[in-house]
Amino acid sequence: MTGSILFMLIIVLGGIAWFFGRVKASRFSADNKKRGAVHSLPNYHGWYVALWAIGPALLFLMIWNMASPALITDAALTSPAAEQLPRDPFARGAILAEARSIASGQQVQAFNPLSQSMVEPYRTAISYYRTLGMVAALLLVFACGAFGWLRLKPELRARTKIERVTMLLLLFASLIATITTIGIFVSLIFESARFFSMVSPIDFLFGTEWNPKAVAGPRGETGFGAIPLFWGTVFIGAIIAMIVAIPLGLMSAIYLTQYAPPNFRAWMKPILEVLAGVPTVVYGYFAALTVAPALRDFAVSIGISGASSESALAAGVVMGIMIIPFVSSMADDSIAAVPSAMRDGSLAMGATKSETIKKVLIPAALPGVVGGVLLAVSRAIGETMIVVMAAGLAANMTANPFSSVTTVTTQIVKLLTGDQEFDSPKTLAAFALGLVLFIVTLLLNLIALRVVKKYREAYE
Amino acid sequence: MNSSATFVEERNPTDWQNDAMQQRIRKRYAAERRFKALGISAIILSAGFLAFLMIVMVGNGLRGFTQTELPVEIDFPAMTGGASADQFKGANGPANLRTLGVQDIVNTSVQIQYGEEGSELFSAGGWQAVNQEILENPQIVETKTTLYLPVESEIDVAFKGSGSETAENKVAELKDRLSTGFNWNFLTNSDATDPMQVGIWGALKGSLITMFITLLIAFPIGVLSALYLEEYAPKNRFTDLIEVSINNLAAVPSIIFGLLGLAVFLNLFGLPRSAALVGGLTLALMTMPVIVISGRNAVKAVPPSIREAALGIGASQMQVVFHHVLPLALPGILTGTIIGMARALGETAPLLMIGMRAFIATPPGGIVEPATVLPVQIFLWSDEVNRGFVEKTSAAIIVLLLFLLTMNALAIYLRNRFETRW
Repeated sequence: MTGSILFMLIIVLGGIAWFFGRVKASRFSADNKKRGAVHSLPNYHGWYVALWAIGPALLFLMIWNMASPALITDAALTSPAAEQLPRDPFARGAILAEARSIASGQQVQAFNPLSQSMVEPYRTAISYYRTLGMVAALLLVFACGAFGWLRLKPELRARTKIERVTMLLLLFASLIATITTIGIFVSLIFESARFFSMVSPIDFLFGTEWNPKAVAGPRGETGFGAIPLFWGTVFIGAIIAMIVAIPLGLMSAIYLTQYAPPNFRAWMKPILEVLAGVPTVVYGYFAALTVAPALRDFAVSIGISGASSESALAAGVVMGIMIIPFVSSMADDSIAAVPSAMRDGSLAMGATKSETIKKVLIPAALPGVVGGVLLAVSRAIGETMIVVMAAGLAANMTANPFSSVTTVTTQIVKLLTGDQEFDSPKTLAAFALGLVLFIVTLLLNLIALRVVKKYREAYE
Repeated sequence: MNSSATFVEERNPTDWQNDAMQQRIRKRYAAERRFKALGISAIILSAGFLAFLMIVMVGNGLRGFTQTELPVEIDFPAMTGGASADQFKGANGPANLRTLGVQDIVNTSVQIQYGEEGSELFSAGGWQAVNQEILENPQIVETKTTLYLPVESEIDVAFKGSGSETAENKVAELKDRLSTGFNWNFLTNSDATDPMQVGIWGALKGSLITMFITLLIAFPIGVLSALYLEEYAPKNRFTDLIEVSINNLAAVPSIIFGLLGLAVFLNLFGLPRSAALVGGLTLALMTMPVIVISGRNAVKAVPPSIREAALGIGASQMQVVFHHVLPLALPGILTGTIIGMARALGETAPLLMIGMRAFIATPPGGIVEPATVLPVQIFLWSDEVNRGFVEKTSAAIIVLLLFLLTMNALAIYLRNRFETRW
């Protein structure tokens, strides 16, 4: 934990630098009585010195942390113990990695005796470079802090400089979102490319047998046909869940906006929104513990074969209920956006309220409602915990809602939470599934937003 | 004018009173009532489901906060050979206690009272309660004391509801001696294999550490980007790119963030698996767009007159934003932040991806130590075969829901208390 202590120390030193800068600058205005002789307030001078003290040191530490592992390995390799290492780069790398993790305390016991012999050189190299980095960083704090402090003058444009740095900070902060998006995309693409170098994309996207194995079978079949997963995902997320969520969400929105007295609406709307705030793991547990057994007993009692305790229906229904507030609030917004002249016109012609709603409001609000439903679908197919806990793992291609199906998200969780070898197609398949999921949800969102936006413009 | 009137057909006014018309109107009104009933039943169904969920969770979960106990009389002076209370006071207490061999003492006492098979009635780790009792109240080692120890899980389940046949028989046998006590272990322990010994403190602490890291990263980044996008960003392609990626991130399934965390934080940066640090980073990336979006709305709501007034008396652009706009927008930003944090607190899937699903029996001591969080703990317990875990899972859910409720109530309070309508 020396790293975080060093970081704290640098921050504290920065605070001290701020204080000294401020003290020096507050004397300027006392010495220069003429108006405008001092450009900035003492506070800005303080920040100026503090930035000089902290900035270069932190930058140095960042670079040092990136560069030092290579330096440490070089230093460790010059030790006499390194001469016994095998020439084979793979074996050599494995031994070095093991020795390093023991030396840095992440691992306790070595499996390879050669690694044990490398631990000591590593330990000395690590402590040597760590001390070196620490001393250099602290020296930088003092040297640059002093430099900044010496540069303080009444006419120094400290405020302008500080504001420029703040501006950079703002820009950097807003770039994080873009960097994250790119990071998601690149990491998914990169890992998927490794997967597709082992399994052909055609087999993956159009194969109908999902039974991932680490090694290919006798006829070269790998069991990476993802169609059953896509079907399961669509069946649960886009069919069963929507059959539950669309009528309930739409009718709730209609009742709350058109019929309900304001008091009822004020209470009921937040209560329905609680449905969206319940963590998905709670829904999953509820689906697995209460809903699924009840549905199975029901199916058995009416004589449906193939009823399993992990059913598509249980997961779909519970997911649909989770989505209700989502559909309802989107429908609410789109109905509210219909110009009241249309509604008033219909009522004035003698139509009843329900006729107005069915014949005028809903058709006019339809694009908005459809957009909302698309967003709801995109949320439902990306939902993980409910299906992991209630939908099962068997990759069936069946339209029987009482049988078990599996989904893309379930399989991602399953593939990544077992034994992990990072080069087996089994693990990499999760990233390929993730890529498909990412692209599909992205497309759904883009289409939905476009539909909603077009529709909003139509009434403006 | 006159000529056109001649073309109009002579028409009787509609007879609203005739039977056909009346029937049609009745039909239309019936349809109206049906539609209205449909609307209200949709709401009742949705709210009813929520109520059902809560009742099931609370009904199952409240039992998780209690434990079934049996009295055990321990004759300390005879068993310990006359240990004095002073030994277990102060700093040396725990060390001296270890040499005492409490486990054997408890086992012997149990066998004296409940026969050779007596130990099987009790939870395997139950003797630790005696340890604690001695440390808190050393006087008892000088006397003959009766302590209440938790029974074994199956008997516990049978006593509270209905369990296996053998367990039910044992309950019938011990009926008058069994009693119910509050399960303090549940609030202070961590994960364990015995449902009688599990607790949520470890997971709760993991959640708190993870949330702290999430807040530390997502809040400043979210606020700064909201300020940039609303106050400074020029209208160009580059800004559009930033906006699109923020809106897009808000809609990405959470499990994708888990894949990102796995590929980047674990494999590329080599951060430790299962650590609260990685969990916090991953959740921060997920929470940040929520904060940015609500932050932008809050900043947008600050009226331009405030900015113009500040500019008018000579403030720089930066001073306007940081001295005037930000403080006025802060309540709105905080509301959005709390809502985003509540979502992050209930999130499970991305944390499974980065390995926070390990069995962790001690509360995490720091940000790089293996940790688990409350929702993941719920997930892990829900997978357990042992029936004793059902009520523990529900009890953990109650705790999680209480936290979420508090956070949301706080957000609503902040919104009502501080939000200014301009």
